[in-house]
Amino acid sequence: MFNRVFLFLILGSIAVFASGTIEGEIQKQALNIPAIVMFIIFVGATLGITYWAAKRTKSAKDFYTAGGGITGFQNGMAIAGDYMSAASFLGISGLVYLKGYDGLIYSIGFLVGWPIILFIIAEPLRNLGKYTFADVASYRLRQTPIRTLAASGSIATVILYLIAQMVGSGKLIQLLFGLQYEVAVILVGVLMILYVTFGGMLATTWVQIIKAFLLLSGATFMAIAVMAHYDFSFGSLFAHATELKGVEIMNPGGLVSDPVSAISLAVALMFGTAGLPHILMRFFTVSDAKEARKSVFFATGFIGYFYILTFIIGFGAIVMVYKNPHYLDLAKQAVSGGFPILGGNNMAAIHLSHAVGGDFFLGFISAVAFATILAVVSGLTLAGASAISHDLYASVFKKGQVDGLKEMRVSKIATVGLGIVAIIMGIAFEKQNIAFVVGLAFAIAASANFPVLLLSMYWKKLTTRGAVIGGSLGLATAVILVILGPIVWVQILGNAEAIFPYKYPALFSVTVSFIAIYFLSITDNSENAKEEREKFEAQYIRSQTGIGAEGASEH
Amino acid sequence: MEKDIVEKIKANPDYQELVSKRTSFSIKLTIAMLVVYFAFILTIAFNPSALAVPLSEGSVTTIGIPIGMAVIAFAFILTGIYTKRANGEFDDLANKIKESIKDN
Repeated sequence: MFNRVFLFLILGSIAVFASGTIEGEIQKQALNIPAIVMFIIFVGATLGITYWAAKRTKSAKDFYTAGGGITGFQNGMAIAGDYMSAASFLGISGLVYLKGYDGLIYSIGFLVGWPIILFIIAEPLRNLGKYTFADVASYRLRQTPIRTLAASGSIATVILYLIAQMVGSGKLIQLLFGLQYEVAVILVGVLMILYVTFGGMLATTWVQIIKAFLLLSGATFMAIAVMAHYDFSFGSLFAHATELKGVEIMNPGGLVSDPVSAISLAVALMFGTAGLPHILMRFFTVSDAKEARKSVFFATGFIGYFYILTFIIGFGAIVMVYKNPHYLDLAKQAVSGGFPILGGNNMAAIHLSHAVGGDFFLGFISAVAFATILAVVSGLTLAGASAISHDLYASVFKKGQVDGLKEMRVSKIATVGLGIVAIIMGIAFEKQNIAFVVGLAFAIAASANFPVLLLSMYWKKLTTRGAVIGGSLGLATAVILVILGPIVWVQILGNAEAIFPYKYPALFSVTVSFIAIYFLSITDNSENAKEEREKFEAQYIRSQTGIGAEGASEH
Repeated sequence: MEKDIVEKIKANPDYQELVSKRTSFSIKLTIAMLVVYFAFILTIAFNPSALAVPLSEGSVTTIGIPIGMAVIAFAFILTGIYTKRANGEFDDLANKIKESIKDN
């Protein structure tokens, strides 16, 4: 079965690339042969891994957590692979290219959530949970309502994130490989379904590890190549860059102008990271709390290092790509003036790869960008499928009375379903403004998932009523404020003025969530609430010591 | 977990030591991270020119660059400090607690 799928896919990709050639000529895009060769090698290798992983994925535990046998170092790499999306590689280097210092501010925001995850979330999560973070939130609370809320938060986050990834990937692949948008989206969707349904968490983990390695190697090479031009002196690099773009690029610009936006963005990034279901799920792949801590340590190191590289890459693009006639978009320049680059600012890193390493290295970085998308969407889909099969199907619908194999089958069906939804959404949203989508995903993760998870771990008085209503209010507030905010209300719906003036609602929605949970819990005097508080001690002991925690499965 | 084991662990001085030490350590490190990050982001919001000071006379490199890099390094170092202590001292205590309930 798998071999046939494999063959179909290889033939399919060749056919797809052949049709891409024709498209490419129509759109006057050069067919990128090294990129395609390297991409086929990557796809071949990852499908090989999927085949290997499929043979080892026998139980639900294998499927959801790779049997719990991933080491801390591997998991740290996989977390980094999950978190360093194509959007952050191209988007942050593009932001540095455009605005210099502001790009650094943005990337720091994406990093600082990690230490918080380590100090507060990682250990209790590993000690209390099994497959999803809802296991932890519902540990002593009522299964049905809590799991329904947690699964809704997870699925909403996953689908929003998937839309952003799919649209981004379609456009990127169109540019890099000269493929048609729809074909690119379908290709990503099909590959992701194959990785996850056949190889489960084991294949997903290794796809993420390989991708993280490739991305870090490629970015390191680019940064070194840039620095070598300036005898490894940041002073000379910055001096040259400011000659081209002015000294403002060395200072904070308009990214965060008012304090409320600054704090709200910080809250969204910090707490949102700690509420992303595909990130939280990664902590169940290691054997114990010790490895979970190591995972965060390595992940923070890799991600921090990566952001430093993107900063150098962005400046490298300023000195090597900006005003370089080779990358200038003449058609756009004729209309708008200035020095626009082909494909927009987010292509800065891609053009730089060509400037430092020629066609071959451009091909490598393009293939890495594609691999990056595949790794991120696979992790997302697996997290979404787990919420559907483990939380909704097995725990809510079947009340826990279901065997692991049946649950795994539902998870695979859910994966295919999510893959199809992602493809359809990716195509439907092609021409839409999706700037709000990732922000909304982070806002929901920060306002619904994070408060419920945090308080369920540490606050004895939390009750089901408080968690469910408070978490739902947080979720609703986040969604409503995004709709009433400047991006959706003004830019998309075309109204003159935003009803809610801030781009990032997290400060408000997270506050609403915590306050509502607090009041609705302390005023809850039901029998049920009393029982839930009594169960806290035992839960807390397990979360602190790991006594009774899930171990790795035997192979 | 049975009630008597819960009571036994709660009364165990090693458990009390583990919880109090770890809680205070986590809180301290969390506050350290929040203070550093919010100091950075609020400086940008309220007084961005403070980060625009050149590193030295005539240099284009601003003080904001090493400060930004230092925030990244700080985050990583904190995770290292926590992991080292938790994987040693805290896990040793947790193992002692696990041993203590094996006896009965």
